[in-house]
Amino acid sequence: MSPARNDKPFTLAGRTYASRLLVGTGKYKDLEETRQAIEASGAEIVTVAVRRTNIGQNPGEPNLLDVINPARYTILPNTAGCYTAEEAVRTCRLARELLDGHKLVKLEVLADQKTLFPNVIETLKAAEVLVKDGFDVMVYTSDDPIIARQLAEMGCIAVMPLAGLIGTGLGICNPYNLRIILEEATVPVLVDAGVGTASDATIAMELGCEAVLMNSAIAHAQDPVLMARAMKHAIEAGRLAWLAGRMPKKLYASASSPLEGLIR
Amino acid sequence: MRIQLNGEPYELADGQTIADLLARLDLAGRRVAVELNLDIVPRSLHAATALREGDRVEVVHAIGGG
Repeated sequence: MSPARNDKPFTLAGRTYASRLLVGTGKYKDLEETRQAIEASGAEIVTVAVRRTNIGQNPGEPNLLDVINPARYTILPNTAGCYTAEEAVRTCRLARELLDGHKLVKLEVLADQKTLFPNVIETLKAAEVLVKDGFDVMVYTSDDPIIARQLAEMGCIAVMPLAGLIGTGLGICNPYNLRIILEEATVPVLVDAGVGTASDATIAMELGCEAVLMNSAIAHAQDPVLMARAMKHAIEAGRLAWLAGRMPKKLYASASSPLEGLIR
Repeated sequence: MRIQLNGEPYELADGQTIADLLARLDLAGRRVAVELNLDIVPRSLHAATALREGDRVEVVHAIGGG
C-alpha cells in the first residue's frame, strides 16, 4: 500500500526541518527547565521575545540565548506584546540586529489584552512593510481564511492561524475554518496558539497542518519536560495519520472479525 | 548629559559613545541590540556613535516568549 499522501519535507525560507514542532520559551520556572523541555520536544525552531534589558539588575545572569544556542536552534523572534504595526516593525528590526541579520520573524499584532486576539488590520500593515524590508515573515493570525490568503499573497512565508486563544489550552476550536485555510494554502500553514494537550497537536497535524507552534501547553503542564516528549510524539502521530489517510466515518457498525466459520 | 535609557532618565559624561554606555552597564559583549532615536545602531558602529543630550536609547535582549 502506498500512503494516501506524499510526504514532503517541512521547509521554511529554504531550510528543511526534521521536527514539525515549534516551541516557545515563555512561562517556564527557570532557564534550566526551558532548556530541558526544549531538548525533550525535539524542536529545532524556538521562539523568543524581545524586551528592554533591566538596567542595573543582575547583569551577570545568564541570557536566554546562552541556553538556547542560536548555532543549534533556529531562533524565531516574536513581536508579542505589540499592538500596532509600527511597534511590531520596530521590534523585528531590533530582533534582526540582535541576531546578526537573521531575517526570520514571527509577526503578531494583538488587538485586546483579554483575548490576545490578533488585530488583522495592523497585522496586514506590518506584514507589508516587513516583507518589503526583506524579512521572512511567519504570521500569527485569526482563523479567517480570507485574511490567511491575503497574508500569503503579500509574501508571508508561513501563515499561522490560532486554534484557540493564546494560553487557553482550549484546543482546536474551529477545525472547519482551519480546513478551509489548509485547502487553499499556498504557503505552509501552522497552528499557533490554543493547543492544550497532546491530542490537540495530533488533531492539528491530522487536519494537514505543516507544523504546530506551542508554548503554554508544555510550559504550564505539571511536568513540562514529560509533556514536551508527549508533544513530540503527538506531532509525529498526527503527521503519519494524515499521510496514511484515515478511514471514512460511518454511522453503522462494520465487523472486524470474519463472519465465516462461526460456531453455531 | 542626560539621555533617556529604556524610557528612564540616565546621566552620563559628555562625549560618551554607545560602546561606553554598554560597558558602564556591564553589557559589553552581551547579546543586545541598540536603538538610538528609533534607528537601529549596528554593533559595528557602537564605538563610533557618540551620544548627545536628550538622546533616546533602547537596549534590548531576548527573553522567554511564545
